[in-house]
Amino acid sequence: MNDTIKLHYDVPGDDFTRAGEASSAVKKTLRKLGVPGEIIRRVAIAMYEGEINMVIHGGGGVADVTISPEAITMVLADQGPGIENLELAMREGYSTASDEVRSLGFGAGMGLPNMKKYSDVMDVFTKVGVGTTVTMTVNLS
Amino acid sequence: MSNFVHSVALDKDKCKGCINCIKRCPTEAIRVRNGKARIISERCIDCGECIRVCPNHAKLALYDPLSVLERYEYTVALPAPALYGQFHNLDEIDIILEGLLSIGFDDVFPVASAAELVSDATRKLMASGKLRRPVISSACPAVTRLIRVRFPELIENILPLRAPVEVAAGLAKQRAMEKTGLPADKIGVIFISPCPAKRTAARMPLVMETSAIDAVVAIKEVYPKLLAVMRPQDDSDDGLNDSGRIGVGWGSSGGEAAALLKESYLAADGIENVIKVLEDLEDEKLGELDFIELNACAAGCVGGVLTVENPYIARTRLKKLRKYLPVACNRLGDSIPEDMGFQNELEPMPIMQFDNDIRKSMEIMRSVSSFLATLPGLDCGSCGAPSCRAFAEDVVTGFATESDCVFKYRDQLKSTGEGTYLPPPFRTPEKPGNDAT
Repeated sequence: MNDTIKLHYDVPGDDFTRAGEASSAVKKTLRKLGVPGEIIRRVAIAMYEGEINMVIHGGGGVADVTISPEAITMVLADQGPGIENLELAMREGYSTASDEVRSLGFGAGMGLPNMKKYSDVMDVFTKVGVGTTVTMTVNLS
Repeated sequence: MSNFVHSVALDKDKCKGCINCIKRCPTEAIRVRNGKARIISERCIDCGECIRVCPNHAKLALYDPLSVLERYEYTVALPAPALYGQFHNLDEIDIILEGLLSIGFDDVFPVASAAELVSDATRKLMASGKLRRPVISSACPAVTRLIRVRFPELIENILPLRAPVEVAAGLAKQRAMEKTGLPADKIGVIFISPCPAKRTAARMPLVMETSAIDAVVAIKEVYPKLLAVMRPQDDSDDGLNDSGRIGVGWGSSGGEAAALLKESYLAADGIENVIKVLEDLEDEKLGELDFIELNACAAGCVGGVLTVENPYIARTRLKKLRKYLPVACNRLGDSIPEDMGFQNELEPMPIMQFDNDIRKSMEIMRSVSSFLATLPGLDCGSCGAPSCRAFAEDVVTGFATESDCVFKYRDQLKSTGEGTYLPPPFRTPEKPGNDAT
């Protein structure tokens, strides 16, 4: 476990101007580490989608990123309302976002599908009234 | 140690060692050491920000002197469209072009005319559907360099066409050789440039073997000479100008993109704004776009450091000048001439990474993070690095020592009972609530 780098970020709820700060910081770190560009891109997109989800639906939360020479793991946890129907939420185009959020250009129903698409492994733990934790892994080799 | 040619030099006598430039550099390429600013050559993208911000005018833009004309038997001026925006009450581009002949050039070839060919070629290439979208303009050398060092994954999106001035130089040289019968080396093709990075681009061409540009002189040097000789012209039809609205539009931000006659484009100017767009593009946050025009200078080429006028008034003047011009005067045939494209591919220059081996990089990163945590995080610049993070990286990689930080040094003195002084910004208030808000 000694050869990992751990990063921790607080993602504030309801602040779209700050959504993306964490993924941006992770991207800079990965670039310094010399991680291949295509991998950086996948991590940044998956993480940004996750962050936006926490802002829109989860009332904010925390993001923990672990970088090892083999993989990058992102754990995004919120204490929001939880996802009622995960199967529906994973469908492209399905969204429960409010009109207000949609008017900002978000809520296209691509969040979770994109996170799955850009990560190698994705695991969603959700409980209505308790919150949601999404774990995504992008392999380095 | 380095094989990079750059367009910025330091006047050591003028540099006071202040920290204005290190803070403005978008690639953190400057450090102050022993009272003087030093540029880390590999990181510099030639954007000119340090030249703009230096209060002591110690950062010199490099360009060729006008006396370079004497080196050639026959000279052709390549005026950048940005030149047209420098003059008050000018309603005729020909007045400038005739003026260039009066100050000693034998012929003129407006870069705007070649820009129209590049626009035509871009439209053709985009219609072929072979380019990765969104296509990013290749005209600004600082942006191309920025992409190579910070956004290597976006290299594939760069428009594979040479910048208008290169196309103009090639055509001008050929025309002059045919006209005079002189060999190429007796003919001087001289760019009148708003931008020192163009000199770097001409001396160290990236996408071709050799540049046809023989010298790059500054708009600000040509400007006073032109003012002295510029006269109103007769209203004749055979003027020197043969560029239209599209070509002249390239002089300011948005002109190149608008010339594609497509709706889905974006034009950003100013290096910080350019970086924001590239970050968002990399993260696929920009949605569907066909074309992205990026200029390192505010307002586009009219904002170059070798210009005289306020870039925004220059842009307004270009708009006025364009009004009565035809849409375009230069078009290609059915195909794009080979010498308009890239001869060599653009290579990534990933200078931001610590090491090629990820385990080694991670080790460095861990040392940087733990050392950074002991720094005050004020980014005061007193150590000569732009931020505490940059300083921590310098210390870990051996380019600085811990006691270069005034706070670290103060801690050392404290242990001997000295060194309690702190400058006002860094003090903690003695009486809570009494500090200015």
